[in-house]
Amino acid sequence: MPGEEATAERGPWSLALRRFFRNRLAVAFLGVFLLIVVFVLAAPLWADHVAHTGPNQEHTVDTVTVDGEKRDVVTPEGKPIGPQWFGAGGEFFLGADSRLGRDEMVRLMYGGRTSLLVGISAALIATFLAIVLGLLSGYFRGWVDSVIARILDTIWSLPVFLIGLSVGIALAVGGLKIGPLELSSGSLWNPILIISIFTVPYIARPIRGAVLALSEKEFVEAAIAQGAGPMRVMFGEILPNLASTIIVFFTLMIANSMLFEAGLSFLGAGVQPPNSSWGTMITVGVDLLRIQPLLAILPGAMITLTVLSLNIVGDALRDALDPRGKTRMDASLQFEAQAGTVSTEGRATV
Amino acid sequence: MTRFIARRLVGMIAVLFAVSVIVFVVFMVLPKQNPAQTLAGKNATPLLVKNIEAEWGFDDSLPQQYLTMMKKVFTGELIQYEPRIPVDDRIIEGIPATFSLAIGAALIWLFFGLLLGYLSAIRAGGWLDRILTGVSIAGISIPVFFLGPVLIYFFSNKFEIFPNGQYVPFSEDPAEWLKHLILPWFTLAVLSIGFYSRVLRSNMLDVMNEDYVRTARAKGLSERQVMTRHVLRNSLIPIITLFGLDFGATIAGTAIITEAIFSIDGVGNYAAEAVQKFELPPIMGVALYGAFFVVLINTIVDIVYAYLDPRVRLGESASE
Repeated sequence: MPGEEATAERGPWSLALRRFFRNRLAVAFLGVFLLIVVFVLAAPLWADHVAHTGPNQEHTVDTVTVDGEKRDVVTPEGKPIGPQWFGAGGEFFLGADSRLGRDEMVRLMYGGRTSLLVGISAALIATFLAIVLGLLSGYFRGWVDSVIARILDTIWSLPVFLIGLSVGIALAVGGLKIGPLELSSGSLWNPILIISIFTVPYIARPIRGAVLALSEKEFVEAAIAQGAGPMRVMFGEILPNLASTIIVFFTLMIANSMLFEAGLSFLGAGVQPPNSSWGTMITVGVDLLRIQPLLAILPGAMITLTVLSLNIVGDALRDALDPRGKTRMDASLQFEAQAGTVSTEGRATV
Repeated sequence: MTRFIARRLVGMIAVLFAVSVIVFVVFMVLPKQNPAQTLAGKNATPLLVKNIEAEWGFDDSLPQQYLTMMKKVFTGELIQYEPRIPVDDRIIEGIPATFSLAIGAALIWLFFGLLLGYLSAIRAGGWLDRILTGVSIAGISIPVFFLGPVLIYFFSNKFEIFPNGQYVPFSEDPAEWLKHLILPWFTLAVLSIGFYSRVLRSNMLDVMNEDYVRTARAKGLSERQVMTRHVLRNSLIPIITLFGLDFGATIAGTAIITEAIFSIDGVGNYAAEAVQKFELPPIMGVALYGAFFVVLINTIVDIVYAYLDPRVRLGESASE
């Protein structure tokens, strides 16, 4: 990134960074998000050195020693042990997850890995597709633009969660085979692809708009006049100027994708066993809400906290990168309105 | 106006066609497995699979298969195989519960969303505004699969104020109907309350800068009259569209999750249960009918909006 050199004049990036860090709330939530990332990355450490078990390791008939006293992990009636904190040396820190007696803390950490992995991968793919589509559409215009815009509009007006749900379950049952591309029914790629494809319009539309505006600018004309081809103009001239739009929307897309994933997984059409995510953990926990409420509430709280921090950071990034930004309806609001990702159309701003 | 409606209807048919093609491709073409096996469910007998193959004509060409599927959907011959029940019967059975949930939640979110947004806007910048903004941001960030379990735990397990989910038909017992629906209503509404209050607030702040508001003040109207008659009224137009779209989207989205959490026997829970059991015909049915319904609502809302606000339809034809 430019702007780090000790020049008399500060570059726009360093100014934006400074504006961002002046927003204390956003910095605090950036810290929260980083803590969550550290938490999920530390999963193997905790599993190997503290809990001594894996996320899918069942302890149906095992016992655990709490303060020198042996206790069942799962009682004969099928009730899992509650949170032990450090009573058992860190084993079953948050108790066991169900009658299978899996360590809830270990599952929470590994489940978070899946949730973040799916969320970030889906956001990356969607952003990549959106950049390509947006650049092609905004630069070439004409029929290319109409075709791309039609496709985006169609996806945009679909009830994406419902369609995503049916695609998710169809893939979870039958797997996927398109030519050489073959995915097994339990693959994490299934939810990733579904989420990325159905969320492309949310980022492709603003990018296309930005490209349309940028391609009218003098520096683009100058590049063309110097003989730059379409590839150079799109990727060398226009793309760098999209950076701030992309950064902001990418952040919000991660939050959005994580909610989408959690909704699908909660219903059973997202992440499939043996993988688990925060969404699937809620499904397991809801059955035991009466006896061990934390089992459903903790993974839900983790999703909420992650999504909230990403949304706040995304908003602050937009303010920092685009200080003169118009006060149009917050893009992030549009995203959040889709928790469970329902397409709330922004047509109100026609 | 006629041209606008015609264009919208054509657009609607295109989207519906896209939906049906997606569903067809995803269920019939993409799977590695034999689609008949997929449709039959996890523990299907070979005989059932054979029958389904013949029934759906999986030896035919793809367009022919598509037509068979659409014919089944439109004539109510879409059937779930274990137990053998027509899908549309179950969907129709679920409609009262789904609509009770969605309509009730919608009334709650409109009322509180608009109230909070209005209070926030007339006190913009003040402490009330700041508190309400914080509340609505928090509301927006709480997904139903978190809020639902929390509410059930506190209000139904810990303090037994409300029953733990389920649905009682209004015709059976209106009081129980209400009691069973209050938690699901709020679960579903909280997110939109936050969203609508933010939208109304920002709309009102925009409208306050309009010339006609200055004129209204200049001619000596009281602040209250200016706010309710001029600012609020003009800020509500975009809310109408947003509401129409959200309502359809809610039914096809978060309502499914809410029904599953509270075991409300609606269309969404029917789909959710089918997902758990890996039964595809119900999901196919719910996806197609649900999408048709949502797209239909969206089109109607668009047309109503264009009727209310001529700028929309004029802008549309001018840009062509």
